Amino acid sequence: MRPDLEIIQEWIKADSRVLDLGCGDGSLLDYLKKSRNIVDIGLEIDSDNIEKCLARGVNVIEQNLNEGLTNFQSESFDTVVLTQTLQAVRFPDILVEEMLRIGRNCIVTFPNFGNWKSRLYLSARGRMPVSRFMPYQWYNTPNIHFCTVKDFDNLCHERSIEILCRTVVNSRHQGNWYMKAWPNLLGEIAIYHITRG
Amino acid sequence: MPDVIPENSAGLVTPSVYHFDEPLTLRSGKVLSAYDLVVETYGELNADKTNAILICHALSGDHHAAGYHSLEDRKPGWWDHCIGPGKPIDTALFHVVCLNNLGGCGGSTGPVTVNPETGRPFGPDFPVVTVRDWVNSQKRLADRLGIKKWAAVIGGSLGGMQVLRWAISYPDSLHSAIAIAAAPKLSAQNIAFNEVARQSITSDPDFHEGRYIERDTYPKKGLTLARMVGHITYLSDSGMRSKFGQGGVIAGVSEGIEGNSDNTNFGRDLRAGKLSFGFDVDFQVESYLHYQGERFSKNFDANTYLLMTKALDYFDPSVDYDGELSHAFAGNRKPGVRDCKFLIMSFSSDWRFPPERSREIVDVLLHAGREVSYLQITADQGHDAFLLPIPRYARALTTFLQQVHREVVECAPTSK
Repeated sequence: MRPDLEIIQEWIKADSRVLDLGCGDGSLLDYLKKSRNIVDIGLEIDSDNIEKCLARGVNVIEQNLNEGLTNFQSESFDTVVLTQTLQAVRFPDILVEEMLRIGRNCIVTFPNFGNWKSRLYLSARGRMPVSRFMPYQWYNTPNIHFCTVKDFDNLCHERSIEILCRTVVNSRHQGNWYMKAWPNLLGEIAIYHITRG
Repeated sequence: MPDVIPENSAGLVTPSVYHFDEPLTLRSGKVLSAYDLVVETYGELNADKTNAILICHALSGDHHAAGYHSLEDRKPGWWDHCIGPGKPIDTALFHVVCLNNLGGCGGSTGPVTVNPETGRPFGPDFPVVTVRDWVNSQKRLADRLGIKKWAAVIGGSLGGMQVLRWAISYPDSLHSAIAIAAAPKLSAQNIAFNEVARQSITSDPDFHEGRYIERDTYPKKGLTLARMVGHITYLSDSGMRSKFGQGGVIAGVSEGIEGNSDNTNFGRDLRAGKLSFGFDVDFQVESYLHYQGERFSKNFDANTYLLMTKALDYFDPSVDYDGELSHAFAGNRKPGVRDCKFLIMSFSSDWRFPPERSREIVDVLLHAGREVSYLQITADQGHDAFLLPIPRYARALTTFLQQVHREVVECAPTSK
């Protein structure tokens, strides 16, 4: 069990309806189905991943997040989840607003660009950070909207989005007290539980 | 004709006839006092009768979905590449049932059947049947076969509409619903094409107001024309370009036009290598349509064609729900019972029932809070793609049904 999924599942109510945007191979929904008896819908565009979802019995809809979520009714899900995808969509702010419209509460995780490693890489080398965790060059990266924990906090403040819980972990999804003390500097992955304030 | 029946074939099959005496009241209010259904099955039904799949056929289909009736058969059933041992609808796992619908011409009661009240073929007197009537008759067949709950009900096009109707009318009688290249109802354009087809049949002098059988003839021209028009709507522009542009640039050269870059010549291959400067067939596409139309007219009943197109036109389950189709799928919940899950698939080049129409179904199901999966398959073959062996499509069906098998047979039976 991935530790971030462990954290996320704590926030999911039993028997609730969960929409996972960019659900990948369906492992999160599969896990939640078994542990929380949720009703699951995932959105995905990669055909191999879609097939893996079908093989697990995870409900998956071929739909591109960049084309919007207008086909989903307001408050039609208990929880809407977006893991490690926010930075790859064209309009992250609109997507977050849409998530809050569709779900009563939302879970967003993203790589924290404010992490000390990114800061050091950029300041020491003067080049866009490349790591094992984020192995792309600036021109071929699918991650077009990097942000930091502070940036996301700021977005939530501007848009009156209530942060129910915020936690950060490292790339192995482990957290500790000093990450909690300096999340924007030490956290590699940010995990937010938000709702419409 | 196969020299040897392939190992992954459903093999030699024999249809069975089931007679029903209980009168069936149709949506129109008319009553069929008794009727026959012709049925084929492939694969073994398990002891619990939980591994049965119903296949619903489309406009020109029948009960013969897979395998061969005899070694002399030129071709196997209409969905043979999809149904058989080890195929997507795996007869090693499932017991597959396919029937000819009422009003059909494959042996079930329809216009070519002799009406017991008059002693002559029903012909134009056969009542207009709807998707709902078919599904009601299919339910009676399920009861007769002792199948309480289908593992899956599967259909493409008009067959997909029957799948939707099953989920609405008999929500407790299916575990999963697979609707392929379907639509929640026909558009004006769809109906318009159907009306052209019907007019071409009824205006043929050999139609004789539908009483052609008694005159030992049939509206060959009308039915051929109807099928030609229909066939165009089953293909796509790009599919036709490659299908009729294999021979290269002959037509282009004689016309002084260069073939396009992918060398498919816009599908303008000539039949005889040169233009005739007359009104006979010049292009391969014309010859193909004539051939397909004529072959069809010999094997299909014109009155059945009229009935099938009407069933398409009339299909709109939202009429019972003030136009709100999501209510049709929301109204049958029972606490503690997991409703059937859906798999909806569409094909990128289908313009008869394009992907947007399937998305309408998906959205309605989402609004109704149902479990649904959706795939849009990239394919060049237009609406016809649902009948063809397209790898991603076949894999999705295989994967989904293997999971269904795990749910209903291997992990059964919980309260699910």
